[in-house]
Amino acid sequence: MKKLFALLMAALMVVTMFAGCGSAETPATDAAGGEAPATDAAPTAGTIKIGSSGPLTNDYAVYGKAVEYGLTLAFEEINALGGLQFELRVEDDEADAEMAVNAYNTLMDWGMQIMAGPTTSGSAAAAAAECAADGVFMLTPSASDAAVITAGDNVFQICFTDPNQGVGSADFISSHNLATKVGVIYDSSNPYSVGIYTKFMEQAAVVGLEVVAEEAFTADNKADLSTQVTKCQEAGCDLVFLPIYAAEAAQVLTCADKIDYNPAFFGCDGLDGILATEGFDPALAEGVMLLTPFDASSSDPQTQEFVANYTAKFGLEPNQFAADAYDVAYAIYQACTAAGVTADMSAEEICETMIAQFTSMSFDGLTGDGMTWAADGAVSKLPMAVKIENGVYVGVE
Amino acid sequence: MGFLQYLINGISIGSVYAIIALGYTMVYGIAKMLNFAHGDVIMVGAYMSFCVTNYLGLPAVVGILVAMVVCTVLGIIIEGLAYKPLRGASSLAVLITAIGVSYFLQNAAQLIWGSAPKNFTSIVTFAPIKLFGGQLTITGEVIITILASVVIMVALTLFTGKTRMGKAMRAVSEDRAAAQLMGINVNQTISMTFAIGSALAAIAGVLLCSTVPTLQPTTGSMPGIRAFTAAVFGGIGSIPGAMLGGILLGIIETMTKAYLSTQFSDAIVFLVLIVVLLVKPAGLMGKVVQEKV
Repeated sequence: MKKLFALLMAALMVVTMFAGCGSAETPATDAAGGEAPATDAAPTAGTIKIGSSGPLTNDYAVYGKAVEYGLTLAFEEINALGGLQFELRVEDDEADAEMAVNAYNTLMDWGMQIMAGPTTSGSAAAAAAECAADGVFMLTPSASDAAVITAGDNVFQICFTDPNQGVGSADFISSHNLATKVGVIYDSSNPYSVGIYTKFMEQAAVVGLEVVAEEAFTADNKADLSTQVTKCQEAGCDLVFLPIYAAEAAQVLTCADKIDYNPAFFGCDGLDGILATEGFDPALAEGVMLLTPFDASSSDPQTQEFVANYTAKFGLEPNQFAADAYDVAYAIYQACTAAGVTADMSAEEICETMIAQFTSMSFDGLTGDGMTWAADGAVSKLPMAVKIENGVYVGVE
Repeated sequence: MGFLQYLINGISIGSVYAIIALGYTMVYGIAKMLNFAHGDVIMVGAYMSFCVTNYLGLPAVVGILVAMVVCTVLGIIIEGLAYKPLRGASSLAVLITAIGVSYFLQNAAQLIWGSAPKNFTSIVTFAPIKLFGGQLTITGEVIITILASVVIMVALTLFTGKTRMGKAMRAVSEDRAAAQLMGINVNQTISMTFAIGSALAAIAGVLLCSTVPTLQPTTGSMPGIRAFTAAVFGGIGSIPGAMLGGILLGIIETMTKAYLSTQFSDAIVFLVLIVVLLVKPAGLMGKVVQEKV
């Protein structure tokens, strides 16, 4: 009896192990095996191998999955066009720098020619160093830490850098006269959050915003944020800036609601997805403003088509991470087509041509029109603010 | 007024730590093992309650009961499959197994419920109490959590002091071999301890997530570690010690954040703990066991 149980448990563990692997590898088969290319198609035989990594499991899987889905959808569409053919493989890095290097090595063994990731900043910084050393072109959809692109000339971002968001937020709050006294609650254990916070503070001093409370938490003590919220209330903040992720922001909003504290809340792209949190009462997020380059409810036809296809394929509405990833795929496609990249080129050769393309081209995507890249790899596009009203995003001017 | 509000916040999170710490301390006191999977049983309890109330639309009370039953069964299964075969092995082997069980539960939860955080709907429905013209707010969750932790502590103290089973537990805790010689079924007693500890974990899970709404597969691990610290701080193995340790840890944590710095709160909190343990190595209410030669 005991043995039977032990066997059962062992079997269960094996199954869970494989289930984990399965989800990580689906997109590879999807993108490779699906959509037979048109007959006249590919100018060269073979496919260009695109690698990516992100937290497909663990705390931030909601972002990693979105990137995986966005890339999968875009490359399927691109392959169906019949021109250059791409093969995508996404590895799980659990938003951990060490795992990201492992994922990178797995992808290199597979023969990756372009890196379209990783999803999160810590992982991206680790992978960027590897890409720079090996001469592999890297374009991250969502790792917004400014440190990521300092790794090398071949590392690019399609999302705003964190400093950019911090500066943008301070400017927006000040130019729209949203607050007299500002409080900030940020995650001091997270480079994304700290990056925005630091620049926000600098810019706040420049534009004359009065920041009266700066409260931090870490991944280890985020179980209780009520003190941070109470301190903002005590300090009389009429706007609380939240450069954090949606899960923690939901906690802040709930705490504030419990103690009847109703300031304006302002966040960055990490807040995107708060409305999709299961069980979250959208009434709590009423009036919350956030800077995001993507608005799924936008009337722009390109966005609408993307939202419809994405929803049909994956059964959920895309967030900004999915849109960023989708843009990454098309930006790579545009650059490869323009430069005449072929599948038999080495990663280093592709890297050279891609750097030349990206620093000279202009790209229109879901997350902005006329995007251009500086030589350091930072993107230039306009930030856009939205406000949550009746559970949906509404553009703010 | 700020001070009182912080004090209440501190007692609130401290009571949650206390309930979790009670589970740790029970198991440690009797089975002499650190059940690092305790925090993850909490998470399972919270998910069960979430499913019952959100997917089946049943009242919160049913959710708590289902969570308790599921966690109790889970606790017994974990003990039987993972810990019982290692009864004679070194304590290090059991410790590593417990860490393994912890990871297993987290990953299983992720496969079942996905990794996207869910927002737990509080089980407390009555309105918060406002004092001093709304300057001080005591939420229903705070009251329920404090009440629950006190009731559980008293019940556990009575149980271990008065009932047959409870006395058997204390006997096993004092000297396992002697207890066995006196005709106490040691294995059954330890299983019973796990059952009670896991039922407590279910309650802790529901209360934790009512106070802090974010529910994800890793929800239980950090509060679990903190509660373990609280149990050591209060004197591991001691039931009132776990309670005291939990509440003090909550208050110290909140006061540090409120008056010193939110940036360095953990460093300061754990510094205090180190100092306390240097002065009182057995914890605040722990018994100093003298080695007889």
